[in-house]
Amino acid sequence: MLSKRIIPCLDIQNGQTVKGVNFVNIREVGDPVELGKQYSDQGADELVFLDITATHEGRKTFVELVKRIAANLNIPFTVGGGISELKDADKLLAAGADKISINSSAIKNPDLIDQLALHFGSQFVVVAIDARETNGHWEATMHGGRIPTGKELFSWAKEAENRGAGEILFTSMNHDGTKQGFANAALARLSELLTIPLIASGGAGTMEHFSELFQFGKADAGLAASIFHFGEIAIPDLKSYLRSCGITVR
Amino acid sequence: MKIAIIKYNAGNIQSVEYALRRLGVDAVVTGDPAEIAAADKVIFPGVGEASTTMAYLKEHRLDKLITELRQPVLGICLGLQLMCSHSEEGDTPCLGIFDEKVRKFSLRHDLLPGMKVPHMGWNTLTSLKSDLFDPSLENQYGYFVHSYFADPGPDTIAVCHYPEPFSAALNKGNFYAVQFHPEKSGSVGAKILENFILLKA
Repeated sequence: MLSKRIIPCLDIQNGQTVKGVNFVNIREVGDPVELGKQYSDQGADELVFLDITATHEGRKTFVELVKRIAANLNIPFTVGGGISELKDADKLLAAGADKISINSSAIKNPDLIDQLALHFGSQFVVVAIDARETNGHWEATMHGGRIPTGKELFSWAKEAENRGAGEILFTSMNHDGTKQGFANAALARLSELLTIPLIASGGAGTMEHFSELFQFGKADAGLAASIFHFGEIAIPDLKSYLRSCGITVR
Repeated sequence: MKIAIIKYNAGNIQSVEYALRRLGVDAVVTGDPAEIAAADKVIFPGVGEASTTMAYLKEHRLDKLITELRQPVLGICLGLQLMCSHSEEGDTPCLGIFDEKVRKFSLRHDLLPGMKVPHMGWNTLTSLKSDLFDPSLENQYGYFVHSYFADPGPDTIAVCHYPEPFSAALNKGNFYAVQFHPEKSGSVGAKILENFILLKA
């Protein structure tokens, strides 16, 4: 049976892992390749590396890092951050990335999704959506939640699927960093609406939050960062717990 | 030992080379027919679309070359599908090494609520046969990413369910193929690649 996936996410700045809480107060937590290998050995199903570097030099460092990750890891990984045209994606594919994740650039230029899917296949294209709920209305945001876009979460996710996205990575800005659980109601609605896999992000604090995510949020994968980086939840323990809840995990 | 990885217009071939390197085996990524023909073992990887890839193989005369190889050959993902007789993707006649046909997953929500396509993630390998697998690999997980699949048939040496059974691996003579990505399937995948490397020519 297809298992539910657990995905640690590593934020990368100038080649090092960092994690922001609510996207501010960034602090370093280690070498991305070493961390990635540790997660892989512990049973992580996939990894996501997000480049939050703004500079050109930092970008070059990231492509070099992707090569090292590909050479050393034997599980799939997605890279994201700063991909705004085909040639960015091509560099990352050549470096060995299995998938790329696009976010703000897809909102600014939705045709990019079609172009990437056509050139590299849908399996290569993850569309990430950071959305915030206000009075029951979910709106996609850009640049780490700072800029509203006017795009409604559900219609935008469906549009991304129709344009050729292979997966949707939804982060609830209301839940991110709170450790109070995932946005299960919105996730369940998204999962019903989409025919492609859904990765949930934002709000993981306990192992119970993951069982609720899979049972009520109907997501195909759960992504988290700090709870894994700071050792609050160990992946083998999380998987045993989920197995005891009757959820299929590897 | 010389291992050739067939280079063509498909994505992420590099990963296969990296996986072999982790096993201490050097491989050459090449589109040169002479070099492929002379290798001890050949890997035919692939992520992409069936009709454009078949057109590319024909244009570069790799189609005939692949079907005439006598050494152990391992197709991966799209490689498996192209080694079958026909793919629904672009209504494409394929290499015909295996008799099985390739079809698109349909959303069988009656059998599997919440089913998504592509079939993406880790799924179990069952009913294992052939020297590509050990008994220890039965019910272990492989990493899959695909929207098309080969039906089970006489060449099937591993079965996966999504939700209905399909061929997770095929074998006929010197030709082997896997639908999952051994290069991305952790220690299970590494073991399968190792078994392929150890196959007698």
